[in-house]
Amino acid sequence: MLRFLSRRLLVAIPTLFLVVTLAFFMMRAAPGSPFVNERQLTPEIQKTVEAKYGFDRPLIEQYGRYIWDAMRGDFGPSLKYRDKTVLEILNDNYKVSLWLGLSAITAASIIGVFLGVMAALRQNRAVDYGTMAIAILGVCIPTFVTAPLLVLLFGSTLGWLPLAGWRWEEVAGVQFPSWRNMILPVTVLALPQIAIISRLVRAGMIEVLRSNYVRTARAKGLPEGMIVRKHALRAAILPLVSYLGPACAGLLTGSLVVEQIFNLPGLGKFFVISALQRDYTVVMGMVIFYAALILILNLIADMLYAALDPRVRLA
Amino acid sequence: MTVSTMIPGSPERAELLQQAVKGRSLWDDARARLLRNKAAVAGMIVLVLMVLLAVIGPLFTPFAYDTVTKTDVWAAPGTGGHLLGADSLGRDLLARLFAGLGVSLGIGVVATAVSLIIGVAWGATAGYLGGKVDEVMMRMVDTLYSLPFIFFVILLMVTFGKNIFLIFLAIGAVEWLTMARIVRGQTLSLKQKEFIEAARAAGLGSGAIIARHIVPNLLGPVVVYVTLTIPAIIIAESFLSFLGLGVQAPMASLGTLISNGAKDMEMAPWLLIFPSVTMVLTLMAFNFIGDGLRDALDPKDR
Repeated sequence: MLRFLSRRLLVAIPTLFLVVTLAFFMMRAAPGSPFVNERQLTPEIQKTVEAKYGFDRPLIEQYGRYIWDAMRGDFGPSLKYRDKTVLEILNDNYKVSLWLGLSAITAASIIGVFLGVMAALRQNRAVDYGTMAIAILGVCIPTFVTAPLLVLLFGSTLGWLPLAGWRWEEVAGVQFPSWRNMILPVTVLALPQIAIISRLVRAGMIEVLRSNYVRTARAKGLPEGMIVRKHALRAAILPLVSYLGPACAGLLTGSLVVEQIFNLPGLGKFFVISALQRDYTVVMGMVIFYAALILILNLIADMLYAALDPRVRLA
Repeated sequence: MTVSTMIPGSPERAELLQQAVKGRSLWDDARARLLRNKAAVAGMIVLVLMVLLAVIGPLFTPFAYDTVTKTDVWAAPGTGGHLLGADSLGRDLLARLFAGLGVSLGIGVVATAVSLIIGVAWGATAGYLGGKVDEVMMRMVDTLYSLPFIFFVILLMVTFGKNIFLIFLAIGAVEWLTMARIVRGQTLSLKQKEFIEAARAAGLGSGAIIARHIVPNLLGPVVVYVTLTIPAIIIAESFLSFLGLGVQAPMASLGTLISNGAKDMEMAPWLLIFPSVTMVLTLMAFNFIGDGLRDALDPKDR
């Protein structure tokens, strides 16, 4: 296990480095500067401001300095929000995104596995067709369509749920988000994942239920429920584990739209705005944050996969 | 069998021989299976309809997609000659929908072509050469796979401006990874076949074998994946447009129409509903065709 982990880390760290390098030079290749758009600065003042942030140095030197600082956990100050550092901005906003993402993936996994198993057990019957119809719709209706339509229906027309926004509620001294504000964004984020997960689980389950060891279990006279839970599900759920990495990337993409539509104070909204405003340090900080998150999740998924499937050797 | 087919030289016998020789190719079989699949046929009909609307639809609308009519601001569907209503600037939604559909389909096809070229070349080379080259090339694909790509597309758009050709390139360059994986897997099994050995024995170089023998035989899985990539790219473009980074006004794509519709949905829900329905129908058509093609071409299910 340790050897496997160190091997994967040996790949993950250069990957992260590559991401940082690419993002750094792409951001700097972009025309415009963080100091141009606002008040017209005189050339002297602009020079002074640029010198203050080290932008007058050669690009390669800036890159080296950025990497050096970033490795020690210093991501610099924001160029647009003058009184905040990048870490403070990340710290202020990651909670909303985390709540959204975790709730969506949890809901999607539970509902997706349930639907997939039901569909596989009742193959080519009403439950199966219904589930597959949901799966196709979930894949074909993108988040930026479901989000406004659900707001139109449940927010504006029926008035059951708030149109947008985010509220924290304190329960026993811990801050929880208000479920009324969560339900629409989480639904929108989870729907495409439910579609994919239920398809994966259904396909895996159908294959496993035909396998010899399930037949053996049946021949032993085990009750059907136990066969499904103890024997079939364990193998059928494996594709889901390896899908968790891409799922997180999908959630990330979805959260950019969802946070914008529902006007949620999360990281996704910040990223697009910061990229457009050339807030170099904030964009870099977010790229590093998300890339590291995805790499770590992939690593966890791989390890989980190996732990669940004895056929996979961790060499 | 009638007696006449037994007589040498009879027209009936000639016909029978003709049939026997003609045989049924893999593609004939696949076509027959595809046409039996109702969902796939419905998808093809919808898709043909969408392409026709995008190509010749604009000729029949009374307004151009960018004509601003001040008196028709937020005209409801069916009023003022606007079959589907008009937007906040009084532009005809039907005309904009046709234009947007064309842009979205166009981007889908061109960006898929980009991803197809990169993916097939990469995957076929890695799979055919094998060994260390394969390991390095596929490790690169794995690495790229684990990156948050949407960030790079956003950075690309910011870096090089909101140019429509760049949208093609950026999205196509991101979507080639899966294609490369599929093609490599197929190539690995193809290169064991006798006809490749024959080609090598005849003195053909690796490049020629890849281009003339491997790539044409990859067609089946590639076609399936292409029909599934086009909708993925349409979604990606619309996603960028939704964030304000895609197609720029007054041009429209389905994504910009939905995005604008979402902003005005309290005032004019039709601006959201019609483009959304068009988008969902188009995406479903592609997905049904893709699923149908997979069932028709997949050797596993035969």
